[in-house]
Amino acid sequence: MHFLKRQKGCKSMVVRTKLLSDFKDMKKILRDPILLTTIIFVIIILLTFIIYPLYSVLNESFVENGRFTTSSYIRIFSNRDFQNTLKNTLILGVVVGVLSTAIGFIFAYANVYLDTGLAKLFDIVSILPIVSPPFVLGLSAILLFGQQGIITKRLLGIQNANIYGFKGLVMVQVMTFFPVAYLVLKGLLLNMDPALEEASRNMGASTSKTFLKVTLPLMTPGIANAFLLVFIEAVADFANPMLIGGNYSTLATQIYLQAIGNYDMQGGSTIAVILLSLSILLFVVEKYLVEKRSYITVTGKSSRKRELITDHRIVLPIKFICLGVTIFVISFYILVPIGGLFKTWGVNFSLTLNHFKYVFNIGLKPFTDTIFLSAVATPITGILSMIIAFLIQRKKFIGRSFVEFASLLAMAVPGTVLGIGYILAYNTKPLLLTGTAAIIIIAFIMRSLPVGVRSGVAALAQIDPSIEEAAQDLGANTFQVFTSITLPLIRPAFFSGLVYSFVRSMTAVSAVIFLISARHNLLTTQIMAQADAGRFGVACAYSTILIFIVYAAVYIMNFALTKMQVGQQEII
Amino acid sequence: MDSKGVYIQELTKIYIDPKGNQIKAVDNISVNIKPGEFVTLLGPSGCGKTTTLRMIAGFEIPSSGNIYLGDKKINDLPPDKRDTAMVFQSYALFPHYNVFDNIAYGLKIKKLPAQEIRNKVSKILETIGLQGMEKRFPNQLSGGQQQRIALARALIMEPGVLLFDEPLSNLDAKLRVYMRSEIRRIQRQFGITAIYVTHDQSEAMSLSDKIIIMNEGIIEQIGTPLEIYYSPKTEFVADFIGIANFLEAKIISKKSDKAIILLQGKEIEVAYSGDKKPGEKCKLIIRPETVKISKTGQFKGIVKSSTFMGSYQEYTVECGSHTVQIHDVNPKVKTVFSEGEDVGIELLPENIHII
Repeated sequence: MHFLKRQKGCKSMVVRTKLLSDFKDMKKILRDPILLTTIIFVIIILLTFIIYPLYSVLNESFVENGRFTTSSYIRIFSNRDFQNTLKNTLILGVVVGVLSTAIGFIFAYANVYLDTGLAKLFDIVSILPIVSPPFVLGLSAILLFGQQGIITKRLLGIQNANIYGFKGLVMVQVMTFFPVAYLVLKGLLLNMDPALEEASRNMGASTSKTFLKVTLPLMTPGIANAFLLVFIEAVADFANPMLIGGNYSTLATQIYLQAIGNYDMQGGSTIAVILLSLSILLFVVEKYLVEKRSYITVTGKSSRKRELITDHRIVLPIKFICLGVTIFVISFYILVPIGGLFKTWGVNFSLTLNHFKYVFNIGLKPFTDTIFLSAVATPITGILSMIIAFLIQRKKFIGRSFVEFASLLAMAVPGTVLGIGYILAYNTKPLLLTGTAAIIIIAFIMRSLPVGVRSGVAALAQIDPSIEEAAQDLGANTFQVFTSITLPLIRPAFFSGLVYSFVRSMTAVSAVIFLISARHNLLTTQIMAQADAGRFGVACAYSTILIFIVYAAVYIMNFALTKMQVGQQEII
Repeated sequence: MDSKGVYIQELTKIYIDPKGNQIKAVDNISVNIKPGEFVTLLGPSGCGKTTTLRMIAGFEIPSSGNIYLGDKKINDLPPDKRDTAMVFQSYALFPHYNVFDNIAYGLKIKKLPAQEIRNKVSKILETIGLQGMEKRFPNQLSGGQQQRIALARALIMEPGVLLFDEPLSNLDAKLRVYMRSEIRRIQRQFGITAIYVTHDQSEAMSLSDKIIIMNEGIIEQIGTPLEIYYSPKTEFVADFIGIANFLEAKIISKKSDKAIILLQGKEIEVAYSGDKKPGEKCKLIIRPETVKISKTGQFKGIVKSSTFMGSYQEYTVECGSHTVQIHDVNPKVKTVFSEGEDVGIELLPENIHII
C-alpha cells in the first residue's frame, strides 16, 4: 500500500482503477457459480469464526451498558498485579526468545555446517517437542526439579526446591520453542549459497572470520525472525505457565483466570485485547519488516552440496552442547511414562499400575471424546485449508485480501484470546453453541487452519498454473479442476496438513479450555486437572497414553500415505 | 471435424500495474480468421500476442471488444464452456495421470462412453506416432513426446479452434524443426483452424497461412509469409522479420504502380503503389541476400567487414553515406572480398521495397 503515499495526488484515481480491475476480474468469478458460492462460503466462515469472536472480545472490553467506555482499561492498567503480569510476559518473551534462538541456531548450524555424524539424531530431538502434548515437558520438569524431584531432592539433597515460577517456566518454554527457531534457521542455512563463504575464504578470511563477517550478517534477518516467532509463541503459551508458572502470571493465563476464575468477562476481555494487540504487533513486525529483509531467497535449492566442517576445534564444542541438550530433552520424554509407574514420586518409588488403572476407572470418555472431536475436525480442516489456499493462490476476487488477512490473523491470535472470544460470541442466539461439541470442533479447525493454508499456498506456488488452466480448457469446471487436478497435485501438503491438524487438535489446550463442559471431556484438560491436584502419577499416565495415541495416529497416517503413494515416485 | 473461424472485433485489454498506471496490453485489434486457416501471432515479448490468445481461450477477460467463434459470441463464456483447446508452452500435462488419462481427460469430463474414449485415444496416438505409450507418465517421456501428448490432448477434443502458446520454445533446435512440420502436417490433416503464438520468425514463416505481426498491443501487419517478408508495411515489420537494409532515398516521379526514385545520384524504377508524392523522402528496404557484390557494379563501395558464416559470406560495405549488409550465398564458388577492398554492388529493382 505504500505506493499510495508516494502518489497522493492521484490516490483516488488509483483506488478507482484498482477497484475497476477487481470488478473486471470479478466478471470471471461471476460466470462461475461454483467458485462464487465457495468464495462466499469461505468468507462467511472466516467472518463468523475468526472475525466475529475477536470483535466480541473488543466489544466486551469497551462497551458497558450499551455505552462506549475505557473504564475497564483504566482499571486494568492501574492494577499493580496487571502491571506485573505485563512485565512478566514481556520479560518471559525476551528471555525465552533469546535462549531458544541461540539453541535453535546452534542446532541448525551443527546440522547444516558441521560433520557431527549425529545430524539425524539432532533433527529428531529438535522436532520432538513440536508434536508432543503441551504438559509433557512441564510434568517432567516437576519430576526432575520439583520439591520431590530426583535431581533436586535425591541428587542434590535440596529440601523444598521450587520449580514453579520464572526459572522453571523459562526452562520448559525454551525446550518447547527452540524447535521453532531451529526450523526457521535451518531452512535459511540450507538455502545459503556455499559460494558466498567460499568466496570469503578464497579472499583470505579464516573460518571464524568468515562466520562472523559473512554467515552471521547474512543470517541476521533470519535470526530476528526466529526470535520474534518464538517470542509470539512464548507470550501466547498457556499450558506451560498454567502448569509450572506458579505465581509468575502471564497475560495468557490471566485471561483465563479473570474470565473463568473470577467471572470477570470484561476484565478477561480487556487483557485479551492487550495480548492480541501485542501478538499482532509482533506478527506484523515479523511478517512485513523482518521477513522481507531476508537476503536469502527461500525458493530453490542450493546449487551444490556444502563441504562440511570437520575441524575438531569447531565441531567438538558444538557437538558437546547439542548432545547435552539432546540428552536433556530425551530424559524429559522418558520420564513421563516412567513417572506413571511409581506409587508416589519422590516418596515411594515402588512400581505400580495403579495410576493407569485409575485413568481407566474414571472412564474412557476423555479418550473417546478427544479422539472423536479431533477426528471430525481433521478432514474438515484439511479440505478447508486447501480450498482457502487455492483461492488465495489462484483466484482474483473482491475479498481475496480479506481471506488472506483473516487466515493470517488466525495464526497471530493466541489460543486464550480465541477461547474467550468463542464463549462471548456464541452464548446467545442465533449462534448458541456454548457447551456443544460443534464449538470445540470449530475451535480445533480454526486453530489448525492457518498452518494448513500456509503449506497449501506454498505447495501451490510450486505448481505451474497452466496445468489447471489446461484442465479448465478441456472442459472441467472449477470443482472438477480442484478435485481432479489441484488436490491430487498438492496431496503431500494436504496429508501432512491432516496429520498436523489431528496432532494439534489432540493436544490443544488454550482455546478449548474455555469451551469444555461436563458433556465433553478432553485429555489435555484432564492432565492439567490431575497435575493441579498434585496427582502427578495420574497426569503422567494420561500423558503417556496421549503420546501413544498421537504417535500411533501419526504412524498410521504416514503408513497409509506411503501405501497410497506407491508409484508416486513415477509421477512427480 | 467442425473447424470454425475466429473473428476478433476491436479487442482491448488494459492492465493496471502496481503503481496504478494503465497499460494497454492489447489495443483495439480486429482480425478475421477463416475456418481451417493456420494463423500466427508474431511479435517481441510483451507485444500482446499471448494476452490475445488467452482472451480467445477465456483465461483473460477483455476490457472491451468482442470475440466470435464461428458465429457465436464467446466473450462471456468461461474457458471450460468454449470450443477451444490450447497447447501450452510448458505442455501443462497432468503429472499424476498417465498418457492415456491425460489425453482422455477432456472426453471423460464430457462423459463419453469408455469404449469410445479408448478408440479415440488409440486413434490419436497413432496420428502422433506414440502408440503403446498409454501407461507412461509424463516424466517418463522426452520433451518432444510430451509436446505431442499435449497436442493430442487438445486435438482429441475436436475443438473449433486449436490454440498454441509458444509450444516449441522448450525444445532443442533440431527437434523444434521436426515438431514444426509435425504440427503443420497434423493441422492440415484435420483441417482445423489454428492460432499460434510465437516470437520465433522462422516458426511463423514455415507454419502459417497468415502471419499477424504485433507490437506494443497493436497489429503492425497481417499477411502471408511472403508478403510480410518482401513487402513489410512498416519499418518495425521489416526489422523484426529477417535482416533488412534501410536506405534513404527520394521519390522523383510516380506512375500508377511504379515510382522513380533517386538513390545516391542514380535513378531507379521500382514498383510502388503507396501514397508518397514526388519530392518526398522515402526508405528503401532491401534484404541482404538480394544484393549482388562484384568488382564492378552500380554503386562503388569499400568492404568494412567480411565474415564467413557457412552458407553465405557476410559483408558490410560502406557505400557513400550508406552502410549495406550483404549475404553472398555459397561463397566457395565465388570471389571472396576482404576488408578494405574496393567493390561494386548492384540492386535489382524487383528486390527494392519502398515504405
